Amino acid sequence: MTELAFPPGLILVLGALFVPFLAKLRTVLIIGLPVICLLFVWLLPDSYILRWSFMGFELEPIRVSVIGRLFATVFAVMTLVGGIYASRQATNFELTAALIYAGSAIGVTLAGDLITLFVFWELMAIGSTLVIWAAGHEAAYRASMRYLLIHLLGGVILMAGITGHIVETDSIRVTSLQLESIAQYLILAGFLINAGAPPLSAWIADAYPEASPSGTVFLSAFTTKTAVFTLIVMFPGTWILIPIGIYMIFYGIIYALLENDMRRILAYSIVNQVGFMVTGIGLGTEMAINGAAAHAFAHIIYKALLLMSAGAVLYRTGKRRCTELGGLFQTMPWTTLFGIIGALAISSFPFTSGFVSKSMIAQSAADQHLAIVWFALTAASAGVFLHAGIKFPWYVFFQQDSGLRPPEAPGNMQLAMFIFAFLCLFLGIYPQSLYALLPFTVNYEPYTAAHLVAQFQLLLFAGLAFFVMLPLMKRTLTISLDFDWFYRYLFKTLSMSLIQQASRLGSQLESLSRQNFARLFDGLHRHYGPKGILSRTWPTGSMVLWIAILLGGFLLLDTLG
Amino acid sequence: MNNQQPHWLMRRKNIRKLWFGFMTILAASLIAGLFVHQHEYFGIEHSFGFFAWYGFITCVGMVLFSKLLGVFLKRPENYYQTNRTDTEITHD
Repeated sequence: MTELAFPPGLILVLGALFVPFLAKLRTVLIIGLPVICLLFVWLLPDSYILRWSFMGFELEPIRVSVIGRLFATVFAVMTLVGGIYASRQATNFELTAALIYAGSAIGVTLAGDLITLFVFWELMAIGSTLVIWAAGHEAAYRASMRYLLIHLLGGVILMAGITGHIVETDSIRVTSLQLESIAQYLILAGFLINAGAPPLSAWIADAYPEASPSGTVFLSAFTTKTAVFTLIVMFPGTWILIPIGIYMIFYGIIYALLENDMRRILAYSIVNQVGFMVTGIGLGTEMAINGAAAHAFAHIIYKALLLMSAGAVLYRTGKRRCTELGGLFQTMPWTTLFGIIGALAISSFPFTSGFVSKSMIAQSAADQHLAIVWFALTAASAGVFLHAGIKFPWYVFFQQDSGLRPPEAPGNMQLAMFIFAFLCLFLGIYPQSLYALLPFTVNYEPYTAAHLVAQFQLLLFAGLAFFVMLPLMKRTLTISLDFDWFYRYLFKTLSMSLIQQASRLGSQLESLSRQNFARLFDGLHRHYGPKGILSRTWPTGSMVLWIAILLGGFLLLDTLG
Repeated sequence: MNNQQPHWLMRRKNIRKLWFGFMTILAASLIAGLFVHQHEYFGIEHSFGFFAWYGFITCVGMVLFSKLLGVFLKRPENYYQTNRTDTEITHD
């Protein structure tokens, strides 16, 4: 098997470097590379480990695990279908960045040691920043720099944690930790920043919607879900993840309800969905971990589908605000249909992928008799339908007629949406195909009469609440303040005023010292200047007189002594 | 045909029909609840239409809560941009 022993993620990272030079073959590359990568992932034998010695460390660039293979698979599929979506419209720059980004995410999922993991982790930050940058406008550039700032901070925290952990334990293995030292807390914090956990959740909704239509699709898949993967592997059953996850769930719902930008609504709902996964990881039972992993798999597909339909609308109309959209179902029926399928899947509607994955997390909360968690998750499931499941398709494709009559999405975009819409339904109808990939044996049957009725009641009445409250949900031309206010406004204003104060203080000091110097020079001038007492020319006669007095004095002392 | 008359989904008469259909489905889901047994974990799931009223009430609550937060958190779209040019102008 040595001929296969090449990290599959590197196939995408290195292959990406050919895209700018083989522009004519780029369609071949963006379809061929993910397929080869997927093949490599599945040709590696179970529990295969590749070891490299490097500066006294035994690195493991590949360690195959069930969970790692699950994430690597969905990442490769995402790269393939995202590539189809982007193939005609995206720039070479964006596709190169996206392939590096995707490849390094796959690198993380197969990394057996913390050093390899960290290298791919940082490569991911660079790749994703370049994907945002590729949108090529001022707002995207500024957003990408804020995005990079947060991820460099996360990277430094993670690096500090990993270094401390290696010093303390002498082990670089990626394995589950018990939070026994500050270093391990730092590792957890580094992962959580990439997951969009509080307080730094704002970077997702700030940066992702500024990317190009296809760029946002790529971005939605990798960074947060890689963080979910590392949390599953290294911190399963860490109770602090339960409140963090629940906070993320409601943060996503509330901010999405306030939002007007269609892709920002979906970005907030990424935080919401990752919150379900983080809660599941915190619960830590086999079913909860299965649920978190399955939900990540399903989520990547339906969230990409939703952002693809939003991206198609943006591509055709150039508009992104709900207040400017509406009535598009008339001329974009396929995009509408695919968008609705994505919306149903994210809402866990029966017979879609979300229904068979998310319910495992709520079920494990019930099994552990965690009442608050269960009631919160159930309310949140209704809330997902409210903020993403209905709000997104309603405002974009229906509501009042905006008068826009854009043409249907380009063929390659429709094909990509079709594939993912098909997968949403396929995984929902044949959940065993997904369950077979999960780390633990699944003893869960999603399709019971009680569960179906419960879910239909929950979602249908959430829908009723939406339409009853519709007058209260009138869209406004606003943004919502978030934690990023601190670094976008407060710190900036503070540093600006600091600079102003400093320069004022500087000029005051300058004028003060000017005055003092002037006084000093005046004094010098008075004493030593041309008319100063100390630089006056004295007549020779007075000198002779003074010498005569001195000598006379000596003579006197001498004779008296 | 779209030029002459709004799409059938957009006509007022049909919207009323859609509401009627929606209400029928809601009622059906409530009735179906009478025939299944919800496993009791927290002693309340068995009450009539639990998931229906719980979903409805929590959703109304979330909308009202977001409305309330919006009073404090909402800012004009160009909030950060105006701030930027302001400081740049004063700085220059």
